[in-house]
Amino acid sequence: MAAQIPLVEYLSLEPEPHLVAQQCKGCGARYFDRRNACAGCFGTEFESASVATTGEVRAFTIVSLAAPGIPVPFVAALVDCDGTSVRGNIVNTEPDPEHVSLGMKVQLTTYPIGSDSAGTEAIAFGFEPIN
Amino acid sequence: MATDDIFILGITMTKFGKHPDLDTVDLAAEAAMGALKDGGVTMKDIGVLAAGNLMGMGGGIGQMLQKQIGQTGIPVYNVSNACATGATALRTAVMSVKAGECDMGLAVGVEKLAGAGLLAGGSRKSDSETWEPKGRYGAVASVDGRVGTETMPGVFAQVGMEYGHKYGGTSFELFAKISEKNHAHSTLNPLAAYSKKFTLEEIMNDVMIAYPNTRPMCSANCDGAAAAVVVSGAKLKTLGPDQQRRAVKISASILTTDPYEEACQVLPNVNTLTRNAAKQAYEQAGVSPDDLDLVELHDCFATAELVHYDNLMLCPEGGAVDFFNSGASWRDGKTPVNVSGGLESKGHPIAATGIANIWEVCHHLRGEAGNRQIEGATVGLAHVIGLGSACGVHILERSAA
Repeated sequence: MAAQIPLVEYLSLEPEPHLVAQQCKGCGARYFDRRNACAGCFGTEFESASVATTGEVRAFTIVSLAAPGIPVPFVAALVDCDGTSVRGNIVNTEPDPEHVSLGMKVQLTTYPIGSDSAGTEAIAFGFEPIN
Repeated sequence: MATDDIFILGITMTKFGKHPDLDTVDLAAEAAMGALKDGGVTMKDIGVLAAGNLMGMGGGIGQMLQKQIGQTGIPVYNVSNACATGATALRTAVMSVKAGECDMGLAVGVEKLAGAGLLAGGSRKSDSETWEPKGRYGAVASVDGRVGTETMPGVFAQVGMEYGHKYGGTSFELFAKISEKNHAHSTLNPLAAYSKKFTLEEIMNDVMIAYPNTRPMCSANCDGAAAAVVVSGAKLKTLGPDQQRRAVKISASILTTDPYEEACQVLPNVNTLTRNAAKQAYEQAGVSPDDLDLVELHDCFATAELVHYDNLMLCPEGGAVDFFNSGASWRDGKTPVNVSGGLESKGHPIAATGIANIWEVCHHLRGEAGNRQIEGATVGLAHVIGLGSACGVHILERSAA
């Protein structure tokens, strides 16, 4: 099997794909980017925290106009994963208001976006409806 | 009038739209000289200049403007604060006068955006030869379109949808109706970039940009400038009766940023900082939302206007849908909102917007708004928000003189 690399560092592929947040040891605030300090309590100590892989769509849009090279339409959403808000696309369903709705239950899924010159496959994440 | 109050002495906006023959400095000069003339003063009277231009020149617009309209050696602040740039320029001039450094200041906002497309998320770099984690997210490739959207229509669409999820009652049609209102209002505004009435069907059947925002539900990229002269109450007392009569009191000038909350770094929270700014403004001005005769709020997208009814406390919490459906925000309603046509039709030359909406309010408070005059207007509110985020709220009152 070809080597794999996640699209973003906060996506962990092992043992099962899940997102890993930087959690402030002081106040519990969760972030997905490299941190200098906590924006909430100014603390500087963080620990890794696994984010729930299921959630509920709290907001979405269906993007029909995007930069050249970005396939449209696609669904961009804010997903509440058991109290941690995550930004991601809704995938594996038709990108229209009949198939995507507020409050819809979704789960994390992954898919390859392509391979680089060394044959390493980049893996992105999205959320798909739970049937 | 109290000597420690601050007033708008002169204010103007250019026609918003396409100005292919005018450059950024031309537009800024037209607005600045217009504001000076409107106030009956010259550059010689001005003690501070604050100038904003977000997308164009990479700084220095204030000095470039001085070189065309008057170099008097006064301090210049070139300000940049996303879509709140114009309001920030005005507030910079206000603070300088309030601090007693001078008794008169000039604020200018200008933008050349006609023909611009998406202003964010507008360029995806092609993927590199080898995957290598970069940036704060350790991303090996561009994330726009792969991890949600960075486009403004998409971000603000989610802002409106989130409100709908929280309180219910929203629909594609509801958001389109907000746009229908603003386009109807714009037919009375000769300075609007677009002053065409749209039917609800036309709005809903137009090109979809980011559901539920179709093209007419998005703010229009265009060229334009606006400028204001602010003066201390003490100085105003020494000026002529017409200047005193037309002066508009700045009862509140507030700027806020977004305080940390869960999710605010995932989807920008445009609500809390607006509510905070509104609360502070009402307190500073000593007025309540019920006192407002008109409101110009930041309808960068139809989905945004809805949430700001609530954030500015024009309705009870969670009541924005009912507020709109009651007809309250139409020009003949309880609290007319965006009688200028709003950003969706008047246009949104970014740095000019935060002064142009104050011009609109002043125009009514002075009783000079012609056939779109809100009769007897004495108190108005102007609101802008820029993602990042920054929120400016100004409350303005007709001069008692």
